[in-house]
Amino acid sequence: MHKTLTRFALPLGVAGLAVAAYWAARKPASSHPPDSAPGRTARQTWFGDYVVGGRSVTIAAEPEPLFAIWRDPSQLSRFMRHVQSVEAAEDGTWRWVLRGPAEAEVTLLTRIVTERASELIAWRSVEGSEIEAEGKVMFRKAPAGRGTVVEAVIAYQPPGGTMGHWMAKAFGTDPARLGRHELKRLKMLMETGEIATASPPAQKGH
Amino acid sequence: MRALTFHGTHDVRVETVPDPRLINPRDAIIEVTATAICGSDLHLYNGVIPGVARGDILGHEFMGRVVEAGPQSTLRPGERVVVPFTISCGSCFFCQMQLFSACDNSNPVESQDASELAYGHAMSGLFGYSHLTGGYPGGQAQYVRVPFSDVGPIVIPEGLEDEQVLFLSDILPTGWMAAENAGIRQGDTVAVWGCGPVGLFAIQSALIMGAGQVIAIDHYPHRLDLARGLGAKVIDYTQTDVLEALMEMSGGIGPDAVIDAVGMESHGFAPDNLMDTVKQKVGLGADRGHALRMALMAVRKGGRVSIPGVYGGMVDKFPLGALMQKGLEVRSGQTHVQRYSQDLLRRIGEGEIDTTFLISHRLPLEEAAEGYRNFRDNQNEWTKVVLKP
Ligand SMILES: NC(=O)c1ccc[n+]([C@@H]2O[C@H](COP(=O)([O-])OP(=O)(O)OC[C@H]3O[C@@H](n4cnc5c(N)ncnc54)[C@H](O)[C@@H]3O)[C@@H](O)[C@H]2O)c1
Ligand SMILES: [Zn+2]
Ligand SMILES: [Zn+2]
Repeated sequence: MHKTLTRFALPLGVAGLAVAAYWAARKPASSHPPDSAPGRTARQTWFGDYVVGGRSVTIAAEPEPLFAIWRDPSQLSRFMRHVQSVEAAEDGTWRWVLRGPAEAEVTLLTRIVTERASELIAWRSVEGSEIEAEGKVMFRKAPAGRGTVVEAVIAYQPPGGTMGHWMAKAFGTDPARLGRHELKRLKMLMETGEIATASPPAQKGH
Repeated sequence: MRALTFHGTHDVRVETVPDPRLINPRDAIIEVTATAICGSDLHLYNGVIPGVARGDILGHEFMGRVVEAGPQSTLRPGERVVVPFTISCGSCFFCQMQLFSACDNSNPVESQDASELAYGHAMSGLFGYSHLTGGYPGGQAQYVRVPFSDVGPIVIPEGLEDEQVLFLSDILPTGWMAAENAGIRQGDTVAVWGCGPVGLFAIQSALIMGAGQVIAIDHYPHRLDLARGLGAKVIDYTQTDVLEALMEMSGGIGPDAVIDAVGMESHGFAPDNLMDTVKQKVGLGADRGHALRMALMAVRKGGRVSIPGVYGGMVDKFPLGALMQKGLEVRSGQTHVQRYSQDLLRRIGEGEIDTTFLISHRLPLEEAAEGYRNFRDNQNEWTKVVLKP
């Protein structure tokens, strides 16, 4: 199953165009017309040098407070357990220190490229970042009063290419898994005021 | 504190382990006064449930006194509570629909991965069970940490003994939900496979809900006697052809509803069950679905199938054709305990429901391993074991 250029570019927005173009250039046109599924659910995970993944979660809360948490670096580590620290610099760059495979520290430098209040935050990595990545988080009202659908999509170049990607998967530190966990923790925090755990803090985390 | 821990198949031990403490704001710590061994614990003991680790504290049927409550708990130290085995947040989409065992927010995210792989979705956290359901330390212990203590625990009024209310934690609501899932109408014939605690409570509930006759199936004489005592007719499957008997006892129609209160470790020497047993032993991951197969064959056209018995994985030779062709309705699930707590507490208080008739043995927690061994090997006499820490 292949996705067309537009199908893929749409969910990723501006930040995704480069990746989509790169991918489109390498893939022969498919004989199947595009379906309705988001591009990140395509059977292929690699798009050029990029791995693309994403996840939606429905949270019983209004979009505004969810957007506000995501927009505030000091809030993010409350539910992002693999993030050691996030700081926003004067020039608008965010500096993330992440725990990579085998507890190695990885620095990610990002900048917000598009932002619409309570709707969307799109970001990409900038000069000096140890990982090439771009992504976006979208917030929209869920049907039937179920709250807000938060949808996070990321496209990144795994450090170490294919090998690095599999290493990350093996160590349980691939961004798709971590992202999924983070969205679920955010949901727990918003819906219950706490994050479920079966073990005392000393044993918690990765 | 002292607690019963898992060390491998048929190897459980009472050991000294660290006391639990409050972690989250809605937690409470309970000092256990009574706890029980469940048929579900036997699945762990027999090593047929995945994701149980060495050192895990077992037990999901327990009650006790609150000794410590977090800032967001609604419990007060000293209160006497029964704790549902399902851990539920009370506020997520599923809890709002009273599908408490499907709670989105009580199973730690790290444990949800395996569960999603196995079932497509992660279920709620459970006490003292598999790491697929969070690996929460269980209640066969002196103390337990109870998350979301403002939602689950049932405060027990004075005047009711521990043994009258302990089973509100699991098997009583499980039997009740099994009967409810059978959609019983006045005068129905209901067949129940398994006369363990779950089957017995399902029989009791089905009669309260208006069943015309309940037919109980097992092979242990004493357990069949208990069923008879509740008002059921009984079939000993070692003596009688079950399918033929059920047809004859229902005027050639077949039971209107069937309840599988056996689960994944069906007994018996039927050919399908022998094959399943071999596969389960060599770890092929096949559940033993003999009782369920029989139930699907026996139930009348357009009938209802209720499955409280626990299954963990795949079942072979599943009579899907019978299900489709006869247009059956199937309902199942880990019990949404909190949904039934108040109603059942009231029925116990008013004397409508007796829960103590199935208790056969009372042991100190220190002898829990003995309890497990006998509950497994001497099922005829050992119908329910209550442990006192
Ligand atoms: N859905 C839930 O939330 C929930 C809660 C508690 C227990 N359970 C499950 O319910 C089941 C029963 O629990 P229990 O505590 O009563 O267990 P138990 O082991 O005490 O009883 C099972 C009974 O089934 C009988 N049996 C075995 N094979 C049979 C067959 N082929 N035909 C007829 N009878 C047969 C056994 O002789 C035994 O009496 C277990 O699978 C348990 O895990 C489910
Ligand atoms: Zn139980
Ligand atoms: Zn919930």
